[in-house]
Amino acid sequence: MALIAIENIDKWFGHTHVLKGCSANVENGEVVVVCGPSGSGKSTLIRCINGLETIQKGRITVDGVRVHDRSTNLPRLRSRLGMLFQSFELYPHLTLLENVTLAPRRVLGISRSKADSQGMVLLRRVGLALHAQKYPGQLSGGQQQRGAIARSLAMNPAAMLFDEPTSALDPEMIQEVLDVMSELATEGMTMIVVTHEMGFARAVADRVLFMDDGGIIADRPTDEFFDNPPSERARAFLSKIMNHGKSVAARPRALEGGDSAAISPAS
Amino acid sequence: MNSSDLQLILRSLPFLLKGLRVTLILTFLAGTAGILSGVVLSLTRLSRLRPLAWLAFAYVSLFRSIPLLLVLFWIYLLVPMLTNYTMGAFESALIGLTLFEAAYYSEIIRAGIQAVPVGQTEAALATGMTRMQAMRFVVLPQAVRKMAPVLLSQSILLFMDTSVVFVLGIRDFMGVANIIAARDARVTPMYLLVAAVYFVVSLAGSQIVRSAQGRLSPSISRV
Amino acid sequence: MGYEFNWSVLRHQPYLHWLLSGAVITLVLTACIWVLGFLAGSVVGVAATSRRGAIRQAARVYVEVLRNIPPVVQLFLWYFVIPELLPAPWQHYVIHDMPHPEFITCVVALGLFLSARIAEHVRAGIEAVPRRTVEAAFATGLTPFQVYRFVRLPIAYRMLIPTLGSEMMIGLKVTALGLTIGVMEMTARAHQIESFTGRGIEAFTAATIFYAVSALVLVAVVTATEHWFRIPR
Repeated sequence: MALIAIENIDKWFGHTHVLKGCSANVENGEVVVVCGPSGSGKSTLIRCINGLETIQKGRITVDGVRVHDRSTNLPRLRSRLGMLFQSFELYPHLTLLENVTLAPRRVLGISRSKADSQGMVLLRRVGLALHAQKYPGQLSGGQQQRGAIARSLAMNPAAMLFDEPTSALDPEMIQEVLDVMSELATEGMTMIVVTHEMGFARAVADRVLFMDDGGIIADRPTDEFFDNPPSERARAFLSKIMNHGKSVAARPRALEGGDSAAISPAS
Repeated sequence: MNSSDLQLILRSLPFLLKGLRVTLILTFLAGTAGILSGVVLSLTRLSRLRPLAWLAFAYVSLFRSIPLLLVLFWIYLLVPMLTNYTMGAFESALIGLTLFEAAYYSEIIRAGIQAVPVGQTEAALATGMTRMQAMRFVVLPQAVRKMAPVLLSQSILLFMDTSVVFVLGIRDFMGVANIIAARDARVTPMYLLVAAVYFVVSLAGSQIVRSAQGRLSPSISRV
Repeated sequence: MGYEFNWSVLRHQPYLHWLLSGAVITLVLTACIWVLGFLAGSVVGVAATSRRGAIRQAARVYVEVLRNIPPVVQLFLWYFVIPELLPAPWQHYVIHDMPHPEFITCVVALGLFLSARIAEHVRAGIEAVPRRTVEAAFATGLTPFQVYRFVRLPIAYRMLIPTLGSEMMIGLKVTALGLTIGVMEMTARAHQIESFTGRGIEAFTAATIFYAVSALVLVAVVTATEHWFRIPR
């Protein structure tokens, strides 16, 4: 059984039809990238998975539990999912360590000392151990997002949802976050990532979902998606953004109709 | 003002200080109770249960439309009637002031809560917290920190508002000054003194608020 | 509870007359206070933005003094203390010959109190007008006075309509302080009815309804005013 099952969902914001009959399954350990033009509904889709958005038709189940059912314990369900936001959303009034330990202490009831030591392990893992006592305002964007990843990991999630995690970052900080995300993928975390970072997708994702205008246009394994874009739309989209994508594993390649020397970082 | 006026003030100082003490106690107690009630009121106003939210809205609108004196008269009249407990003027004033100021405090806190970005609540919910937990550990702390200077300003206004409780016969600062002014037929020095004291305390308070505004949120300001 | 409600008391004279006169006095008092407050407050508020430091300082002192002394204390100062300090001919007039001394004292004291608050808002409003806009106005050759009249004030006051409306509400509520010097406004009359008939709940309810309705009317007036002066977009 798929860990996350999205079955034919429809969603309206007022009169606007934002999700049209979307279906997808995510198995345990899979890394799925969701991409597409802005306004296609990608963020809305993953926000429905942990119930931050409602749906009017269809259903979503996480590990067998229906997300939008009245009887579902939503906080409990959410504690098993991690979510990363484009704006990081670290709590500015708490230190980095306090950010990480807040949910374990208040939701899981873990003692302060245990939560602190577990939190430090996670901060070490994302490379922020030295900044544990700093406040989010004192950290760079890349550090904040890595901190947010540690905060999500603290709840030991079964799967993690990423809503354009690097879109608000300055270019030089995008890599450090993608590196942490790649490590998570290698360690077997189930991940759904909404992103424009196609280099990351190519290197790390198992599958790519391409969305446009509220529908899932394509759902293909990564290589197949990139080598053989399944629609004109997808092809056009890819060609527009491939020039900006960063490689996780730096591989020299010839860009379409371009001069690779002109676009190398040294210039 | 001449020397005999000054002598009057000096002679009456102990009595006046007692009155000032009453005023300050009233301010402090009503302020604390008012802020706590204000938090409850603002949360109710933002509740997703519509009847409850509407009730809070009605309360706030009503108490912001009527004079404080009327509220004080109401409490002084009603509480003994309802509870068979003969309440002193001080308690009436305390309750009346609290109920009155809570409406103002709640609007301040509500603004603070609504100023916290919705992403903060979402991030908290995403880690498995309930709405109450998110409010308690993430939203309210930020809202109160942000609004602390405004809450302090409102408290200074409360300090000035207490100057009307003498109407119920309470011997606060103004009440004592009235008594002395009537007893010794010396209005000028007394009322000038009262004005001066209120002025100094209120001005000093505003200055403190202004400087606290700079120092209060170092962790939040830099992003 | 053992309280016998008797709402009809309010329909009988003299109590009905008391309620009505209380309402009228309150409304007239509010209007007078507001006119004085608005005019004086505008003058001081504009003065607070003057380029002359001395004028700005004077305005600042005015505002700080009148905002930091409670209105009831100011009322007592005007009623008890200032007549004593006036020069002889004026003093005689004020104490003996002036008609409605309590009412007029109320208007002056509370009007000036309100003017300090309004001055502060007007100052903030004028300073909120974008500097570029003001510079552009000067660049077309307008004198400072004209810049105020045609650019700064129209923009500032439009922004201030809601705030001024809220100050008007304060003006309405502050009239209750008149009862401390014998002005028989609404709250005073309600209290009077309570003393005479023991029907406290009825009397105070009438007063409460009066203030609540007046406040609602005020909100409607403010909204209408905003609409009237709205700049088409």
